[in-house]
This record gives sequence, C-alpha cells and structure tokens, in this order.
Amino acid sequence: MKPSAFAYHAPHSLEAALDTLAELGEDGKVLAGGQSLVPLLNMRLAAPAALVDLARIDGLDTVEVTDREVRVDARVTHERLRTHVAATDAIPLLREALDWVAHPVIRNRGTALGSIVHADPAGELPAVLALLGGHVELASAPGRRTATADDYLVGPLESDTRPGELATAVVFPRPEPGTGSAFDELARRHGDYALAGVGVTVTLDDDRKVRRADAAFIGVGATPIQVPLTDALAGQASDALEPDDAIDLARSTIDPEDDIHATARYRRHLAGVLLGRALQTAAARAAAGGTA
Amino acid sequence: MTTKLVGAPVARSEDPRLLRGEGRYVDDLGQDAYEVAVVRSPHAHARIERIDLDAALEVDGLISIYIFEDLPQRLQEPLPLLIPHPAISHGRTQYVLANGEVNHVGEAIALVVAEDRYAAEDAVERILVEYEPLPAVVGPELARDAEHAVHDDIPSNVAAHLEQTIGDAPSAIADAPHRLSFRLDIERSASTPMETRGTYARWDADDQRLRLYSSTQAPTSVRAAVAAYLELDLAQVECIAPDIGGGFGVKIMHPWPEEILVPWVAKVLGHDVKFTEDRREHFVSANHERSQVQWIEVGFDDDGRILGLDVEFVHDHGAYIPYGLIVPIITSTQLIGPYKLENYRVTFDSVYTNTTPVTPYRGAGRPQGCFAMERTIDRVAAHLGKDRTEVRAVNFLQPEELPYDFGLMFQDGRAYRYDSGDFPGSLAALKELVDWDGFAQRRAAAQAEGRLLGIGMAAYVEGTGVGPYEGGHVLVEPNGTVQVSTGLSTQGQGHQTSFAQIAADELGVDVADVKVVTGDTRRFPYAVGTFASRAAVMSGNAIHLAARKVREKALRIASEALEVDAQDLELAEGQVRVKGSPDTAIDLNVVATMSNPLRYAFDEAARIATQFAQPGDPDAPPVADDDAPGLEATDYYSPTQSTFANGMHAVEVEVDPDTSDITVQRYAVVHDCGTLLNPTIVKGQVLGGVAQGVGGALYERMAYDEHGQLQNASFMDFLMPYATEVPSVDIDHLETPSPLNPLGIKGAGEAGVIPGSAAIAAAIEDATGITIDAMPITPSQLHDRRLAAASSTS
Amino acid sequence: MTATHGTTTRTAAAHERVEVTLTVNGTPRTASVAPRRLLSDFLRHDLEMTGTHVGCEHGVCGACTVLLDGAPIRSCLTFAISVDGRELTTVEGLAADDGTLHPVQQAFRDHHGLQCGFCTPGFVMSACGFLAENPDPDEDQIREGMAGNLCRCTGYAGILDAVKQAAGAFAGSATHPCEQHRVDADATDGHDREA
Repeated sequence: MKPSAFAYHAPHSLEAALDTLAELGEDGKVLAGGQSLVPLLNMRLAAPAALVDLARIDGLDTVEVTDREVRVDARVTHERLRTHVAATDAIPLLREALDWVAHPVIRNRGTALGSIVHADPAGELPAVLALLGGHVELASAPGRRTATADDYLVGPLESDTRPGELATAVVFPRPEPGTGSAFDELARRHGDYALAGVGVTVTLDDDRKVRRADAAFIGVGATPIQVPLTDALAGQASDALEPDDAIDLARSTIDPEDDIHATARYRRHLAGVLLGRALQTAAARAAAGGTA
Repeated sequence: MTTKLVGAPVARSEDPRLLRGEGRYVDDLGQDAYEVAVVRSPHAHARIERIDLDAALEVDGLISIYIFEDLPQRLQEPLPLLIPHPAISHGRTQYVLANGEVNHVGEAIALVVAEDRYAAEDAVERILVEYEPLPAVVGPELARDAEHAVHDDIPSNVAAHLEQTIGDAPSAIADAPHRLSFRLDIERSASTPMETRGTYARWDADDQRLRLYSSTQAPTSVRAAVAAYLELDLAQVECIAPDIGGGFGVKIMHPWPEEILVPWVAKVLGHDVKFTEDRREHFVSANHERSQVQWIEVGFDDDGRILGLDVEFVHDHGAYIPYGLIVPIITSTQLIGPYKLENYRVTFDSVYTNTTPVTPYRGAGRPQGCFAMERTIDRVAAHLGKDRTEVRAVNFLQPEELPYDFGLMFQDGRAYRYDSGDFPGSLAALKELVDWDGFAQRRAAAQAEGRLLGIGMAAYVEGTGVGPYEGGHVLVEPNGTVQVSTGLSTQGQGHQTSFAQIAADELGVDVADVKVVTGDTRRFPYAVGTFASRAAVMSGNAIHLAARKVREKALRIASEALEVDAQDLELAEGQVRVKGSPDTAIDLNVVATMSNPLRYAFDEAARIATQFAQPGDPDAPPVADDDAPGLEATDYYSPTQSTFANGMHAVEVEVDPDTSDITVQRYAVVHDCGTLLNPTIVKGQVLGGVAQGVGGALYERMAYDEHGQLQNASFMDFLMPYATEVPSVDIDHLETPSPLNPLGIKGAGEAGVIPGSAAIAAAIEDATGITIDAMPITPSQLHDRRLAAASSTS
Repeated sequence: MTATHGTTTRTAAAHERVEVTLTVNGTPRTASVAPRRLLSDFLRHDLEMTGTHVGCEHGVCGACTVLLDGAPIRSCLTFAISVDGRELTTVEGLAADDGTLHPVQQAFRDHHGLQCGFCTPGFVMSACGFLAENPDPDEDQIREGMAGNLCRCTGYAGILDAVKQAAGAFAGSATHPCEQHRVDADATDGHDREA
C-alpha cells in the first residue's frame, strides 16, 4: 500500500499556493493534515498528479473568535480547535462534536476544515457546519468566494472545491443567546465513523419554551441531513420535552442505506433515538443558560 | 537452595529489547533486498484469458515479472495438501501463481520484483489481466446446494464427508422424554496478527546456500518445503523465524506461495528478495476461519441430562483445502466439552467456496463447537425452566471418571481421551468469581433504572499439546551461559522466558544466564510448529528432558572430579556442589570446560578445570565410547495423546433497550491448564484470547457479498476491538496437573478465545429474551431480532 | 505549528529524489527520497530505524505512531518531505543511553503490556504523547487515550495498567514523558539495563 508517484509543491504563502493550484488545475490536490487523503493515496484509490502541501504556508493557522462567529483557518487541526478555549466556549458544540472525531493521534494531524472538504457523510464537522448555518471560504488565483454548507457539501466524499481552488477557512456562526446544543452518535467502535449521529440546537424563549430547534444528522444520507424541528417542538417546555413528533419527522426525512455494519432500518431507528436524547440534553443546557 | 523458577512470575527477558525498538521482524531485515508485490485476483472466480505485461515493463525500478508460465516445472505443481485424511475424497490446493483460473479474490497471479515496494506496486497497477468471470460460490449452504462448482471436476463442492459416533444418538434421542432441534451459525473471522506475512531470502552463490527468514509458526517445515520445491538439499537451506508480530494460527499455514517464490527468485536473480505483505493483501490472501452452519438435535431427560446429541454441520473451507480437515475434526470432537455424552453422532461436509481458504485461527474449530454445545445446554435449561449452571452440572464428567476415553479420534489421529480436570470445581469457582447467584438482584436493580442486564456462561475442554514431538537442545558453554534451543517458533508467547525458567530450574543457574533460541533451523532442525497450544507442553517438556540429561552429565563429571558420589551432589547457584557442604563445589562452567578433553587455556575456566584433571587411563580413549565432548544434550518429548485443558467463562452484558447496543460489563474466567510455568504469561495468553473472543462475538466478521468480494478488507471496516471495546477480566486459575508429562502442564494459548461467542450469546439472550443462534451479532441485527420478536408476540 | 517557512515554493517532480532532513531523537538525519516516500518508510528503510512498525498503512492500527514536535502522529499517513526540518521522537529515542528503560517502557514491562511486541512501539509513543497532555488521567481517560492503537495479543489490560503506572512515575518528576530517559550515574533503581 504505497501511493502512486506525485509531484510535490509546498508553497510558502497563500498567494503562491493559489498560483500553483491555478497552474495545476485538475491535476492538483491539496494536502493539509492528510488523515483522510493519505489512506486513499496509499490504497491508490486516489492518484493525483500533484499535491499542494499547506505545511509550509506562512499563516492560514488562526482560530478567530468574534461576537458573531468562530473562524477556523485551513491549517488548524482538530485537536487545536477542540482544545481552543475561546472557540469552544463560544460554540460548545464544536468541542462536543470534535470529541467524537476519530482518536487523539488522528486529531493531532487532521484539520477541521479538511474534514469538511473531505465531506464524509458520517463526518461530524460537516454536520456542525450545516446545523449552525456556516460557510466555507474559498480562494483561487482569480478571486474569492464563500459557499454555504448546503452549497458546498454536494455528496458523499464530494465537496464543491473547484480546480484551482483552496478552501482557506470555515466559519461557524455562534448560536443566538438562549441556545443549547448537543451531539450524540453511536459508532461500532470508539472513534469509528458513526452508524448514525446527530447534532442539535434548541433555542428557548424567556419562558423556557422552545422557540427554535434544528438537527443535522450524519451517517444517514449522502450529506449531513438537516431537519428543521421548530414546527415539531415550538412551545414545548424545556423540562418536559415530548420529542416524538420531531423523531417521526426526522425518521421520515433522513435517507439511510444498508451496509455491512447496519441496516437502513436500524439507522433510521437509531437516528431517532439519538435525536430524542440529544434534544433533551440540548434543551436542558439551554435552560441552564446556554449559549450552545 | 535456589528458588524454583517454574511457577514464578518471572519478568520477560524479551521485553527490554522489544520495548526499545530493537526487535527484528522480517521487514526490519534485508534493507537492500529487492521487494516484491503480487498481482492478485479481483474476481472470486474467473478464467484468466490474457496477461499483458507491456505497460508494466516500462516502470522505473522494475527488475522482473513472473507468471505461471515462467515457473520451472517443479513450481508449476500445486502446493501440498499438508494434512491428508482418508475422508478427503476431493482435495485441491492452489498453485504458487494461478494456472489459468482463480478461485478467490486475492489469489496470486503474477509476481513483480522491483527495487522497492513503491516501484513494485507501480508495476502491479500496470499489469493488465483479462478475465472471463465465472459464477462465484459463496457461503457454506450455497456450496452444498452445488448449483455452481468452485472446481469444475468437483460438481458437489464437497471435499470430504466424515461421521463419528459414540453409542446410538438417533435412538437415544427418539426415546428421550424431551427433544429439541435447531440451527446455529458462526461467521468468518481471521487471526489478523499486527504483523502481516513476510518472507526474506538470501541466496549465497559462493556457499550455494539459501537463508530464509519468514514470519512463520513452522520454520522447519518451511525449510523442508523450500528445499523440496527448489530441489535443494536440506543442508543447503536454513529457515529462521525472527521476531514475529503475532500469528494466532494463520502463520502455521505453509508454504505460502510467496514462501516458495521469494527464495526461488532470490536464487534466480542472485540478489536478496523480500516480500512484506500489506494489510489489504492480508485480508484476502492470508487465510480465514470460523464459518460453519450447524444443525443440532438433542434428546434429554427431566433433569436436563443429555441422552443423545446429533450434530450435522457444513464447514466452509474456502477455495482450497491445504490444511485438510483439522478445523472441522476439532469442532466435531471438542464440541463435547466437559460433558459425559454417551450417545453422540456428528457428521460434517467440508465444502469449497470461492473465498479465501480456511485454516486454523486461534481456537481452530473449538469456538464453533463450544457455541453448538453451550447453546444446546442453554436451550435445554430454558426448555425445562432450570438454572443453566444446574443443567451443566448434571452433565459434567466427574473428576473420578477421568481419564475418560470417548472412543472418538482426535485431530492428531489419536484417542480423544481426557486426562484430568475438575469441572464441578471449575463451575463452583466461576459462580463465585462472577457472583452468579447474586445476579438476579443486580438485574432487578438495573431493571428499576430501565436498564437491561443479562448473564451467560460457557464451558470448554481444549485438547492441547498435540504430537507428534518437539525437541530441545541444552548446552552449557565454558563461559557459563546456558544455550537452549527448540525448533518451534515464537509469536509473542514469551518462550525465551518460560523455557529459560525450565532449564534454569533443572541446572540450578540464574535464569538470566539462560539464552533461548526458537525457530531457527541452524540451531534445531527438527520441529513440528507452534499451534494447538502446544509449545509449552511439547518444547517445554523436551527442554526439561534435555536439561535433565545435561544435569546428569554435570553430576557425573563433577562426581569424578570431586570424588563425591553423584547422589550427594546438587546443582545450585551456578555450581555443582556437595549437599549440605556448599563450599565443596565446582562452577558449572568449569564442568562444561572439563566435558571437552581439548582445553586450550583461553580462559579462566580452562585454567581451573586443569586442577581437576584426572590422570588419564592411557589405554582408554579420551572420549569414552558412550560419551561425547561438551556439556550438552538433546532430547525429545513425544506423547501418546494430547493433554486436555479446560475452563469456563461467565459474562454480564448490558443491552441498551433503545439502541440495542451491547456492552460487556463483567467478564470472568476460570481456567485450568495444569501446572503454570509463568502465571503472568499464562494470564496474558488468556486475556488476549478473551479480547479475540469478544471481537469474534460482537465486532469481527469477514463480510463477503454474493459475488465473493470481501467488503471490509481494511481495519476501518473489519472491526478489531480497541481498548475501549475490551472489558476488564477477572481470572481465577485452577491447577490440575496433567499426568501425561513431566512438568504437568497443559496448553494455554487458545483457551481465552474459545467460549467467547457462546457466553456472550447466552448473556444477550438472557438480557433480551431473544434466542441468539448466530454470531457475531451487531446492534443492528439484535434490533431486528427484537423487532421481529415484538411483532410476533403482539 | 513549528513548520519551517521558506520564501519560495518548494517543488519536486514525481520521481525526483530530494533531500529531506529530520532531527530524529535529537540527531539530524538526512536522506534523498521521492515526494511519495511515507515517513514510516523513511524511518524504517532510509534511516534504517526499524523500531517504528507498520501494521496497516491506512492510519487505523497505530503501530507507526511517532512524536512530531512532541505530539503523536501516524507516520504512515505523513510524507517525509512534508515534515522536512522538523523534530521527531521514535521509540529508539526513549531509553537512556545505557539502555535503562524509559518510565513508560518500564511500566509496559512491569505489567506485561506486550507479547509479540509489534504494536508496542506505537503504544509506547502514543502513551508518551497522551501522558504529556494528561498527566493525571483516570482509568476511563487512559482507556480512551490508548484507543487509537490496535493490539492483537494482550487484550489491553496490561497496557492500561502500564499507562497508569507510568502516569504515577511522571507525577512529581522533572522528566517529560516525551523525552529521553536520563539516569544519574550513581542511580541504582533496579531497572533493566540489559536484555
């Protein structure tokens, strides 16, 4: 299991990286942490003609926390974000979701943005991005653009990163005040991609009744499946949540498939169970003061 | 008096080296060797129409490529059927490279030799093979249905049919007050050692000798195979099993195609050549085990006493049958467990499928047999509304009935006769260890919190230490070092330590002065191999016997030198000394020097030895007719039958009532392998086995689709447990010594894995009320079973 | 985070061999390799430091774990060229110069935390990295912290006990878990120096 030969480019700056990517076009593939890409290369399931390694870029390694959002640069690892106090205080869901990502050694190299670009339908961070309504910033030699989660996460292992483009940052909006969140999943082994999982946010009004609720599921569709739950839960007291309608809605929305680890039927059932649990947790957290 | 080392938890002498990263595994050697990669079939069953090498020949770093037609005649013969059995009516084995047809995904088609593995894989990718796909036969039942044939000339797909009986099971069942019949399934898993297969060969053209390093459990047999296929004298071939990163059975298979091809290519090219299998190859080209479908019919009385048991099963041995019927024969005999069965019939078909071949994986047919028998007992108990341990107790062979001969033939072709054991004692110990009687209370408390708990147990008897023999060589060097060697190899069992304990005890030396070499044909050319929990029993006793001979010789030499009767001498603290008068002594290394009449004064020992030199009898030869120079001896241990270890496991599981997720909460083991050589090592063997048992019960499954594609050929999808999936284990050791060998030991290597699936299935069944008749089981499968049960009762 | 930055884009053609220098266990080591050379192969076959093992080459088993600037990573998922100029610690860099085992290594020995030894270097390196980040772990944290490495022999019990002991050994000690063990010249701690 050795990779095919590839040409190697390690630009020193973002501008140089974009020039290189522009030159390479379809032939160039970005290497960040490599924790998803290198297994594919080693198995020769992918064989790009050239890799553009971000390891030597000066910059692209900041976590920026503002009143409105947490902005994570392309070179920030899972572990760095997971242990970034300001970021995870701002969005506790990030910490909880990242706890589920693989194992510490993988998190030391793998980048947060990389796992979004990789777009595994069972990946946690794409679901967090979708749930929070965040976006990805992309740069190319001609210019820059942003893409919302919905637009960016196109299919299983497929994100809308175009030839010549580099995803430079991911932006997670901070949930509004009064929001509690939770992430729950079940994997066969600790650290494996989940059979199913869900991230939820629940926002309460001043009477501690649900004003807004949302869920994003992993492992039960081609991309993270978002299910708006406000209609199913609005007005319910946070300490007496009756999530059955929300669970039914979610189970009828998601689109799981059979594989060797679980049937579609089981995944549908499991997603509902996890949703019920996550909603209770999130509502309780919201009631305890949030935010998220 | 030196403290006895056998039985002591001596720290392993292997460890410092391995911990410092100084181990020498096959791929650590031969840094300048050419490396090989293999073109493997992507089809489960196909005819090879054409192989186009043109594009591959352009690859940078390519040395050469070989296909079947390039091989010399001897290498165009099929690989051997290692263990023939009269019941095998249709034996087929594979070629080192496919001869026009492939019968499983992963079968070797072409061998690429290149400057390194990267280049070799580049060439493999560019070799174009055109196939005519043929229908694939997957799964034991489809094989037996025989709509399609794996091998054209075996339309039934059946390689062997075998029946063994005790008494008259059908009549006993017909006459029994209660009868049950049911089906039990076990799916495929595999040994999956952390180190894959590997072989490295050096041909020395000057000496006309071949040196082979292989990650094997049978180096002496690999040597013999290579000598035969390469048409060399045995004396020209040496095979060394260096540090081996785990075996668990898969590396007892030999010779692998690469074990023949690599030395052949090394000789042809006159250059070192190495094969290091990668993980993806290992999943499809290294053998599997376990898959069986078993049908049970049982008759029993009101107490749960089994009056007759009729078992029929189909054993899926994959595309070829190189290892004969060892696995199904073990199932068919070891199924009996600790129970007194007076009417038993077992029949099996061993069938071909278009899947990776099946040869032993730790447990070797026993987990399937244990699953059959223990699930049967649980069914009987459920039918009668009795406690499951009571039904077991009613059926136990009692200690005073042992030795007990069942009248069956075991895997070694010898009597299936239990030598010793105390099954009621084991059960009592187990019930106490797991607090079996307190479980009802624990369950009730959990239920009050909405949690589902269940408990289950399973018992096994394991034939260990099968023959025919192993040997040991023990030599005391003039510098005092004791060199011990035995032919079988080591895959982590700590033989360097435990065998040193045995020799040190006999010779009265510090264990640190004993150096043990295993698996090196330069040091010990005769051996059978490391499998069937046999190394400690076989080589342990052989080394004990050889050390005893050395001891006798040391006593004789010292007796003459000191002019003291040998009976009054003892070996202790590195000396031969007078009992009760330790000042009258000769160091053992001096005795070693004295054992050789040629004694140049190279060292202090030679000088001291001269003091004891007796005036020689001028008429006698310096080395007597019945003597030999050197303080050394070789001996062999060759038993008339296997020795039978036994044990019982109990498991408490929690099942999430909503997700059906299964968690092992408590795991208890009572284990009796006779005398413990080193309790730390034995415990480690048991714990490792338990982890594999848990893996086999809840996580690991070779998932083939109907086309014979293995869908989970990676560690991402073949779910070997991590630390988070393996429970803590409580162990209690009983020691019922074996009467069959001088050390009283029984094997311990496989025990831990055997009852895992049976005990965990029982616990899940107890927690959920759902009959568990197939393992492994996933939360998804359990959920489906619970849904089905709920809808059938509503 | 300590990657070296140049002022030009470094490039290498697919089959071009380029010089890569890493500081391995404190010593600069250089070899010329193609861009696709995995760090695991660079260590094992270019530097001939074979203590780092390879069990799967897809990042799951952890046998190839080494410390990159003190943090454990999978060397099979890293290209040597990508970490040119950086510091690595491998299993060969832990024991004292006289062979005295590092406290993590000693703990594995004391608790029978290894059998065949193949997964062991990866576990040892993972444990060092884990203990550096979690100096006082509880049993659940240890189990989770060691859950990125596969062992087929031990059933993990001895490994978990070993990490627990090692944590205790570092508590109140000046030694950093990721650094080479140092032995006072006159220290007689009874630990194994030879094998």
